[in-house]
Amino acid sequence: MIRQDFHQVDPKRRATLDHKKKQFAAPVYKQQDYPHRLNFYEVPPTAEITLEQFEQWAIDRLRILAEIEACSYRNKSPAETEAHITPLLQKYLPLSSNTSSSLGATDQRLKNERQKDHYSHFILRLAFSATEDLRRRFARAETMLFRFRFQKDDSRERRAFIESLNLDWEPVSDEERRELSEHLVNATPGLRRVDEESWYKVDWERVPELVERRSVFLYRGKAYVPGREQLSMIIAEFTARLERSLELTSRALPRLDEDDRLTPILNHLSKNFGSAESVYSEGEGFVDGAPITAQNIDQLSQHFPLCMRSLHMSLRKNNHLKHYGRLQYTLFLKGIGLSLEECILFWRQSFKGFTDDEFNSRYKYNIRHAYGDVGGDVNRRGRGYPPYSCQKILGDSNPGVGQTHGCPYRHFSVDNLIGLLQSTGVSDRELLRGVREDVEKTRYHIACNRVFEWTHKAEIKRVKEDGTWNQTDLDTIVHPNTYFKRSYLLKQVGRAPKKA
Amino acid sequence: MPHSVSPGESPSHRNDEEVLPDAPPTDATPSGPEEKESEATENDTKDRLADLLFDDDDDDEFPASSAPDTKNENPASRDAVDSSAPQPAHVDTDTMLAFYQRLFPFRYLFQWLNHGIVPSPDFGNREFALTLQNDAYLRYQSYATADLFRKDILRMNPSRFEIGPVYNTNPRDRKTLRGGQMKPVSKELVFDIDLTDYDDIRSCCEKANICGKCWTFVTMAMKVVDTALRDDFGFQHILWVYSGRRGAHAWVCDPRARSLPDDRRRAIAGYLDLLRGGAQSGKRVNLKRPLHPHMSRSLEILKPYFAQTTLVDQDTFVSSEQAQRLLALLPDKALNDALRKKWESSPDRSSTNKWADIDSLAKTGKSSTLKTSTLREAKQDIVLEYTYPRLDSEVSKKMIHLLKSPFVIHPGTGRVCVPIDARKAEQFDPLSVPTVTQLLGEIDAYDAENPSNGAGDAVDGEGSVPNDSDVRGSRKLQDYEKTSLKPYVDYFRSFIAGLLKEERGGKRERNEDMTEVKTESMEF
Repeated sequence: MIRQDFHQVDPKRRATLDHKKKQFAAPVYKQQDYPHRLNFYEVPPTAEITLEQFEQWAIDRLRILAEIEACSYRNKSPAETEAHITPLLQKYLPLSSNTSSSLGATDQRLKNERQKDHYSHFILRLAFSATEDLRRRFARAETMLFRFRFQKDDSRERRAFIESLNLDWEPVSDEERRELSEHLVNATPGLRRVDEESWYKVDWERVPELVERRSVFLYRGKAYVPGREQLSMIIAEFTARLERSLELTSRALPRLDEDDRLTPILNHLSKNFGSAESVYSEGEGFVDGAPITAQNIDQLSQHFPLCMRSLHMSLRKNNHLKHYGRLQYTLFLKGIGLSLEECILFWRQSFKGFTDDEFNSRYKYNIRHAYGDVGGDVNRRGRGYPPYSCQKILGDSNPGVGQTHGCPYRHFSVDNLIGLLQSTGVSDRELLRGVREDVEKTRYHIACNRVFEWTHKAEIKRVKEDGTWNQTDLDTIVHPNTYFKRSYLLKQVGRAPKKA
Repeated sequence: MPHSVSPGESPSHRNDEEVLPDAPPTDATPSGPEEKESEATENDTKDRLADLLFDDDDDDEFPASSAPDTKNENPASRDAVDSSAPQPAHVDTDTMLAFYQRLFPFRYLFQWLNHGIVPSPDFGNREFALTLQNDAYLRYQSYATADLFRKDILRMNPSRFEIGPVYNTNPRDRKTLRGGQMKPVSKELVFDIDLTDYDDIRSCCEKANICGKCWTFVTMAMKVVDTALRDDFGFQHILWVYSGRRGAHAWVCDPRARSLPDDRRRAIAGYLDLLRGGAQSGKRVNLKRPLHPHMSRSLEILKPYFAQTTLVDQDTFVSSEQAQRLLALLPDKALNDALRKKWESSPDRSSTNKWADIDSLAKTGKSSTLKTSTLREAKQDIVLEYTYPRLDSEVSKKMIHLLKSPFVIHPGTGRVCVPIDARKAEQFDPLSVPTVTQLLGEIDAYDAENPSNGAGDAVDGEGSVPNDSDVRGSRKLQDYEKTSLKPYVDYFRSFIAGLLKEERGGKRERNEDMTEVKTESMEF
């Protein structure tokens, strides 16, 4: 006879056995189904997934979070962020509503999407609970993601989801609302008529900001909150719960009884968060079929963004680059698909004033290291460092005397920048004026993208017209390798219009 | 006879008695401990009960063992000492010690903070901060039981002590923990009203002095805050305590209030806070219209007080200086000029008349631009500025804030910090609150009048079993019952009773097994 204890149901582990035998029994977990699109991530996942899934799902989610963070970092408006994030979400972390399938929530596709969303969230929790800083940023990015999805949600499903949360929100009956209408109007600023909104009664502790500003009606410990505050309350609740669980996770982390398979993955993930590096996945900048060899770099350099172009120009001019310049450029070349051998060849040929011995002893090792050919286990496993993103390049310290790395839009004086642009063939006065303005307002991305759009305006117009490229493909560039790839492909289209 | 009903047979009595172990004669206390003792020997709970019993003894013991020296041998001389004692402004150490020994309600204070009879972390991890006679300040004191608490207070004989939060561990162990490990987990939500904050609008007294007239400001503040806490926030257990000189404290003891984190406390403080800026910053109330229900309700409460206290008792606007300030708060220049002219011609015009002038002159149409609603709103703001509670909101915002305990002596005035029944706030007169010397005198006077009782005490106290008198059927009075402190302690007890009733309900839900034991311990 199995005795059920109805009062204390472990949310995760089912008590299907006599409690005395429980510790010897294999745990039986509650099967998770996902009736709603949104998830408050209350219950951790328990089913088995493969290591590949573990890593891939986490990386996909991380990509989204990093993009979201980058958007807020760049002060993008909610509308801009939405335009930017929507296609990425569709690509990496789709999450469809129940109505999108004729089967509703039982559709396997929806289940898979929701499972991925659920699992990836919890994997990243593990990766980002270690330090206060990571926790805060993770909670912030996750909250923004949640808010974004919440707002996009179908209103009926959203209501069902809210009801499923058991938030202890009591709807105010029409009768009560009529009785209190005067108080409600007086207490709630910016409200004209009470019957415009649906009202909820919640414990006043949930809306401390409204209480402190004296802009909510209170009665016997309940706050009468209009429906439009619902979003902020849900979001606040989501953040509060997530922060609390992250705190708990961080305390449990040292006791994580784990073999050495997950920890490196988790460490790697958390290291990548924050720089937009994670946006860039290995091989993303590769262009299929492009002849990328040491010999072709000179010719390809017309497609390089200004930072790399300037590096290439000073390399050709001085037959040398300082360490950080080499690093930035090597990683970029790695990103466009230049192989290690070709890369070593490229540098050997470029450093004209050095003997083979000098080159091998001073520079070769660094190149191999950047490719992950040598170095510690972590470096080799990760195949070297990822190519620098714009954010990374912009964030690095100013280049010193004789150094050539960095972002010209950020690190060059405006006059030098304009000179450099003109030397690359950008001379349109209107455009240069725009660049000056952007740089003044520290909007370096915009300046760079402005130049890109001007230099490729004919091709962009064409691909837009024939519909071969959609808006995602022409999104704001935030990575030098994206710049190259897009530029190269556009010029190819220009050259072979019937590419189909 | 008090115990016509045996406590063991009457469940209702048992309830009372659990809450009030040393209840006065109306309860059937006397036979309780005795029965208890016989039961306790057969019971697992013996130890705990014994603890409680000895606690009980303690209160009886002191009057019996130490007091008789003065009380019985030479009551007159004791009186003489009292009357010749210096001004109440200075309470000497012996008087203080006698107060702690004979009058201070340690048991009730314990029950109040412990939220039950059985010592719990609610009391054990509570911080007390003692101000010793040499003005040294001892923080992070804590006590496991009421008995230890009492012993230590008697040993240290502090001039006063304050109550802090309950910590997650015993505050005495804080040095053994790594930094930041000790965290406050709960404390009553507290409010502090002090009349010094009203100095710019009270004309009768200033600084530390008070009189019946200006105490009304505290009364109205209590009414407004009490109403808001009950009606808006749903709190029920609000203990108001006279701070001993010129203010009052509120202790909101509901479980929900005790566990509020700091940001929620700040929210309440902000909700109740109205006046912003110092005396120099002009109009300090600028409310948006329509008025928030809390404000319109407060305004209704305060209007009569404004008419009586501000306009008549304080006659606030009689001086030209204050009248100028009033004018500065009015919105219309033409009206102000007319008023100023009128008031300058009759310098001693009363505040009531001046207040009436505002309306009458406005009606005669001195100003064409002034809207009636603007004037009405300005007048509402003025009423609030002159009557709305001025809380020291910093006290309320932090859980770790220490606040002076109820029933301690204010060292400056010698008055006891007695609880105030908010329902009868108007009747409270701070100047009639007993002083410590007065109370000690009352005990002696009582004992002189009732020598048999006093003798009984003495016999009683010498025996090791304190309940002899119970067997004889006359319950010995506790010292506080002989004095004018009694109504205050009684009120405190009834307050605790209400609080414990709710606590008990909550705890029973959590742990059903305890009910059996609890019923047992009720039989005090």
